Parts: sequence; C-alpha cells; structure tokens
Amino acid sequence: MRRAEFVTAVVLALFSVYLMWKSGEGPEWDTEYIHWANTGVNIDNSGPGKGFWPFYLALGMLVSCIWIMFNSIRRTSPPSQSDEPFMDGYARRMLLTVGGGLIGFLILIDIVSMYFAIAIFMFYYMLFLGRHPLMLSLVTSLVVPFWLYLFFDIVMTKVQPKGMRWMEDAFYNPAGELFRGMSLVSILLCFIVTGAILAWVARSANRTGDA
Amino acid sequence: MDIVSALMDGLWIAVQPHNLALAVIGVIVGLFVGALPGLGSVNGVAILLPFTFVINEATSDPAAPMIFLAAIYYGAMYGGAISSITLGIPGASTAVATTFDGRPMALKGEADRALVTAAVASFIGGTVATLFFTGFAPMLSSVALDFGNPEIFALMLLAFATFIGLGGDDIPKTMFSIFFGLLLATIGFDTISGEPRLVFMNEREQTALLETFGGNTDAVPFFDSVSWFSRGIQFLVLAIGVYGIGEMLWTINASRYKVTMTETKISFSRIMRGIVGMKDCWKGTTIGSLLGFFVGILPAAGATPGSLMSYGVSKMTSRNPRSYGEGNPDGVAAPEAANNSASTGAMLPMMTLGIPGSPTTAVLLAGMVIWGLEPGPRLFEDRPEFVWPLIGSFYVSNLVAVIVNLAFIPLFLAVLRMPFTILAPVIFVLSIVGTYAAYDNMYDVWLMVLFGFGAYFLRVLDYPLAPAVLAVVLGATAEEKMRQSLLLSDGNFAIFWNPFFDRDGKGQEWWIAPVTTWIAVILIALPIILWGVRRMRGGAAAEARG
Repeated sequence: MRRAEFVTAVVLALFSVYLMWKSGEGPEWDTEYIHWANTGVNIDNSGPGKGFWPFYLALGMLVSCIWIMFNSIRRTSPPSQSDEPFMDGYARRMLLTVGGGLIGFLILIDIVSMYFAIAIFMFYYMLFLGRHPLMLSLVTSLVVPFWLYLFFDIVMTKVQPKGMRWMEDAFYNPAGELFRGMSLVSILLCFIVTGAILAWVARSANRTGDA
Repeated sequence: MDIVSALMDGLWIAVQPHNLALAVIGVIVGLFVGALPGLGSVNGVAILLPFTFVINEATSDPAAPMIFLAAIYYGAMYGGAISSITLGIPGASTAVATTFDGRPMALKGEADRALVTAAVASFIGGTVATLFFTGFAPMLSSVALDFGNPEIFALMLLAFATFIGLGGDDIPKTMFSIFFGLLLATIGFDTISGEPRLVFMNEREQTALLETFGGNTDAVPFFDSVSWFSRGIQFLVLAIGVYGIGEMLWTINASRYKVTMTETKISFSRIMRGIVGMKDCWKGTTIGSLLGFFVGILPAAGATPGSLMSYGVSKMTSRNPRSYGEGNPDGVAAPEAANNSASTGAMLPMMTLGIPGSPTTAVLLAGMVIWGLEPGPRLFEDRPEFVWPLIGSFYVSNLVAVIVNLAFIPLFLAVLRMPFTILAPVIFVLSIVGTYAAYDNMYDVWLMVLFGFGAYFLRVLDYPLAPAVLAVVLGATAEEKMRQSLLLSDGNFAIFWNPFFDRDGKGQEWWIAPVTTWIAVILIALPIILWGVRRMRGGAAAEARG
C-alpha cells in the first residue's frame, strides 16, 4: 500500500506540472504569445488572465502531492503504515468482472440502445455475479428497463440513446406510438403492474439471492 | 398586523380544495422526480410548466398554477435525499451533502431514522425560511443586493474553509482534493475571455495528431470525444461517478468483509422514535435553516452551496466532528434543512427583485411572466391576490411534503430490502441513465464511469473525495467572482481583506468582504496549525519514550 501511495502521489504531481504548463498556454491564433503570460494577475488592466486561477490551483495540487510523498516516506499516513496489498486477487477479479461489465454495458448502448443494454447488463450481473435463478434474473432484467423506459422516455420525455437505426425502427418507433397514444391512467397502471412485479422480485430474491 | 391578516387570507386560499389537491399532486410528482438521479426540481418544474395552462383553465385561479409549480419544487427538494440515503447516489446536486452521512446510516441499518431526519429537518428548514420570507422579504432583498463580487467570493472562500475539515486528519490529501475539484471546474471555455483552456487538446494539436494517422478520424480512438472537453466537467458527472460508481465498487470490494446493507425494519413506532430523536439534531437543523436561507437569497448561490456550507459548518462546530461521515444524524439534518431553506430563500430575490437565485427559480420566474406577473419591488403591493396565496402555499406545501414523505418511507425502505446483488446493478444502471438524462451526451456518461474508477483507486488510498465534489460546485462561481473583483481593484488582492480599501465608489458594504475573508483565513489555518502542533507533541512524546 505504501508504494502505491507514493507512486500515485508522483503520478498526480506530474499531472499537476502538466496542468500548470497547460494553464500557461495562450490563444491558438496569437502567434506572438509568450508562454505563462496569461497567468498574470492584471493583464492590460483587464484583471487576471484565463490561466491565472488554474495555474495556482495546479501549483496547490503539486505542493499537496509533495506533502503526501513526504508523509509516505516518513510513514506517517495510514496507507504507508499498512501491510495490506493495494490490490489483492479478489479486488482484481472484482474490477475485471464488475468494471469490465460496466465498460461492456457502455459499449452496448451505442449498438443495441440504452434499454436493451440495461437488460443485458442486469441479466449478466444477476445470473453470473449474483447467482440468482435464471427466471428471476430474466424477469428483473426485462422489468427494470421497461419501467425506466416508461418513466424517462414516455413520461419525462428524457429520451435515451436508441442504438443502431434498425433497433429504433424495430422496437422504439412502434413502442413510442403505442405508449404516447395511451392515457395517463393507462401509463399509471403500467407503472403499478411493473412495480408489483419488482416487489415480487425483491421478495423472491431475498429468499434465493447470494446477498 | 397587515402582514398577518394578508397571510391568513393567503393561507385560506391556499387550503381551498383545488389548491390543496394541486399541492399534494405537485409534492408527490416532485418527490419522485427529485429522487431519481439526473432529474431535479428544475426538470420537474420545466417539464410540467405547460400543465399550468390546463390548471389555469380548469380553476380560473391566478395563484393555482404557481402553487402547483412551487409544490413540485418543494417535493423535489425533499425527494433528493431519498436516493442519497437509500442508494448512495445523490438525486440532485442539492442532496450531495446528505449522502455523506445518510448513506453510512443506511449501511448501519438506520435508514428509517435517516429518512425521518431528512424529512423533518426539511420541514423545519422550509418553515423557518418561509417565516423569514413572510416577515422580512423587502428588507432581506436589499441585504442581498449588498453582496457584490468581492463579498460573494469571500463567502465562497468561507465555504472552502469549512471543507478543509471534511477530509479528516489527512490535510494534504484534503487540500489536493479541493484543488483538484476547483481545477476540474475550470476546464472548458473561460467565461470571461471566451477562450478554451485545459481542453486536453486544442485544434492545432488535434490536426497534428490526425495527420500522423493519415487524416483518418476513425483510426484515433475517442477522437471525437476530445473536443467535448470544451464543454467542461459537469458537476453531476463527478458526483455520480464518485458516489454511484466509485463508492459502489469500493462497497463490493469491501463486501467480502461483510460490509453490506443491514436490513432495516420499519414501523409506526420507529418513525415516531425518529421524530422524537430530532431533538438530538437541533444544532444541524438550526445551522441549516439559517445559513441555508441566507445563502439562498444571494444571487447566483442557491440551494447546493447552502447545503454544502451548512454541512461543513455543522461539522466544524460539532463536539464530535469525527462522527461526521460515519452516520451522524446531524450530518443529514444540516444539509436537508439548508436545501429546503435555501430553495425558499432563492424565491425571495426572484419575487422582490426579479433576479432568480437558482436555475429552478429562473424557470419559476418564466412561469410568473407567462401568467402576466411582473416580479419586482412592487409585486407585493400590485398583486397581493397572487403573492399571499403563493406564500400561504409555501406553508401548506411544506406540511403536505413532510406528511407525504413520512407516509412513503416504507416504500423507500423496500428498496433497501433487495439483495445487494440486485441493488448494485440497479445503482450502476441508474447512475448511467441519470447522467445521460441530465446532459443528453454519452461523453458525460463515459467520463462519469472513468471518474468512478479513479475515485475507487483514490478511495482505497484514503483520499477524501467529498471536498473535490463540493469544490466543483462552487469552483466556477468562485473564479468568476474573484476575477471580476480583481478587475474592479486593478489586480489588488486587498479588495478582499482590507476594510480600508478604496473601491472608488464602485463597491458595496465595506466590511462584509474583509470580515468574511479573515474568518475564512483563520478557519483554513486552524486545522493546519493544530495538525502541526499535534505532530510536534506526538514527536516530543515519542522522543521522551524513546
């Protein structure tokens, strides 16, 4: 853990130096600009330049990082006193399965749309990581995106990504026509029914899940 | 006496069956809108603004549409706490500070108490603010006008000073977190010069990179996303990333040590015990109610800084500051009282000066203009038939909101009864859907997840992340106010700390900025000095032992 703390502080210190340098950059179109000029406090009587505030913030980050490194070397911070590894086998597996699943989820959004990506991710997580029964995983992974679709796309008109064109034509255009043509009471009924299914899921999961 | 009788008349109109029904519907809608990440009061009010035409036609009451919108606003303010406590994802920026102690309370099996505390503190905060509003609206609006750029920057500095205490004992990591958050807020277009800064790659560098790949944009991964940095880092992207993704990854990792949700039981007697237990939270509630209202009435401040500052002040003045972040009910009461108080406070400059204090009040202002009202100093005299029923509805909406909120607690707690292996993917999903709903952009969603991974690693290494989240909220305003102040003083920093600084007739109350700045400097220096003293004493003791 101590080495990880020190290395992280070094990386963040280098990042701070990079940000200090970037803060001193001038406008692209000004070929006569001298680096750092916009970090001044009163440029041509028009107050601080655009780089003034970020430059000193990055400098503050750098000073903090040096302080963290100093503490790490002197073993005065809790991570530098710990003998635990920064990442053990469990943490690595967790990042691979959960983090990898999340990245896969994001990639799928552009292909199969937000709601189908949710269904796939929920199914993967519940069945393979949560070890819930197949039927329960299937029902949950269908009901949750449906409920979210009703709320975000239909009621709040906060439209989510629809994936590739064929997905939109095959699913969302007909679904949109159907639900937008429904009365508010019918939509409310849909919420209640799906809510009841979710309640059943919660009850069943309490009995079967790997909580 | 005039005010009392006018208020009574207003209350009488506000409790008419149609207005009461609108308040109940508005509060319920607001509660659910506020509870979902990515949707806040501004979405609820903006989306339902067209419904006010229907309401006006049906009721023929000039106050009814605004009563409906105000009820949504209140409901959303209450609702933000629900997802902060039950899921650990702030429903809105105003509820971020509620997550700090609300979530640990839920993990300890005290979610019911956290929800009751949030509801009752919100009610007290909202009611105190409405009382101030009723009695002192014209006077307070002139106080708000005394706050110019140096005063608001000094106030922001005071807020940062309270954040130093949020990170625990590791001062350098807390400082890093604050600087990093403030720096993230500078990414994008500079609002004063209009030039891009810290956008990772400018146009010239992009062209050079593209040329090395033969001009093929598809060959460079995420090439299109690079230019999105010019949009800046949105506040909710960082907040949801840290709490929705980073914190969840950390909890999953820690779950092998059985750090999971504790099942929460709920009954009428437990709710009553929670209400009675509010007497232990009187300090946080008082700080939140007063400070929240004060910050709320300031232009360009609003409920988010109000709740964050109240949390910081409540922790700093606590006898047991270490219990904050571990599930201290005062840490829930302070921000919740503050965000409701501030939301009422933000209506004050909107109604008396026509200056909206927050994005939601800007939409409400639009609503008022649509209904032919002219917000300004004469509104109270010219349109009393509108103003007093609206103020009356603030009291009624608050009461309705606390009752509805308490009634719905069993439903909210049902979420916590789900196994962690269902709750975790639901939280991930809500984080992603909520971020997209807030900004309509996949770049923000990717960035949010990346922040989440970064937050996980920093969390493992004991970096406090709450100060970074808070700094992002205030960063843009702080910089703008500082630069405008320095423009006024020709680059002289004395404008902030010197009470005798000559502003050449351009300034406001001379003492506000220096006094606030000096208090902030003392608060910033104090923990660092105390830390140094402790280290020296520790070193001396070790030497004596050795």
